[in-house]
Amino acid sequence: MAMLHTVNKSPFERRSLDSCLRHAVKGSAILLIEDGIYAAIDGTVVAEKIKSAVGDHKVYVLGPDLKARGMGDHKLVDGIETVDYAGFVDLVTEYDKVQSWL
Amino acid sequence: MSEPWEDDELEGPVRKFMYVNRKAPYGTIYALESLEVVLIAAAFEQDVTLAFLDDGVYQIVKGQDTEEIGVKNFSPIYRALEGYDVEKLFVEKESLESRGLTADDLVVPVEVISREQMADLMEEQEVILSF
Repeated sequence: MAMLHTVNKSPFERRSLDSCLRHAVKGSAILLIEDGIYAAIDGTVVAEKIKSAVGDHKVYVLGPDLKARGMGDHKLVDGIETVDYAGFVDLVTEYDKVQSWL
Repeated sequence: MSEPWEDDELEGPVRKFMYVNRKAPYGTIYALESLEVVLIAAAFEQDVTLAFLDDGVYQIVKGQDTEEIGVKNFSPIYRALEGYDVEKLFVEKESLESRGLTADDLVVPVEVISREQMADLMEEQEVILSF
């Protein structure tokens, strides 16, 4: 019963990502969307959070939200996969449940 | 008799207005609302300063392309502010650095200042509007 977790808040402003990472069990996936995408960018003071998560989780980031925020060409933390909206839908169908960390 | 708004004597003083921008664009409406209000103050010929700190620095990151999320990309408007005599844009250095950004990543020329200088700048203002 693998879960897909989505996080849509900036890791600099809210604790949504922290809560998600503390509750996500090994094997569950994490998808960063909306302002949550800033967590996927390498070279920030919060990058370590996702770096420590990629070992236990598949981590995805929504490409259209990266591009909208001018982050499309910025380096992502190694191990993160970018998906488009169709990929988002595929993930939702691939995992048993979705939990949104708002 | 002239209308009240045409009476020169009723013109208020020019005040120092600061708009404090602390939110990332698109995730919430704050960034766009701030920009709208900045343009209003500029129309009243006030002394306008824009401050970008915390996630607010993300508002002026260059290369924004919102086509796929279906909302308006308002980042080009920051470049047009000069035409409204809004020329004082300050960005907090610590906020940029903690996000791995530099002034080269920004869409508009700004003055990068320290957190301490930002605090001093805030103290100088007469009106502060927070977004």
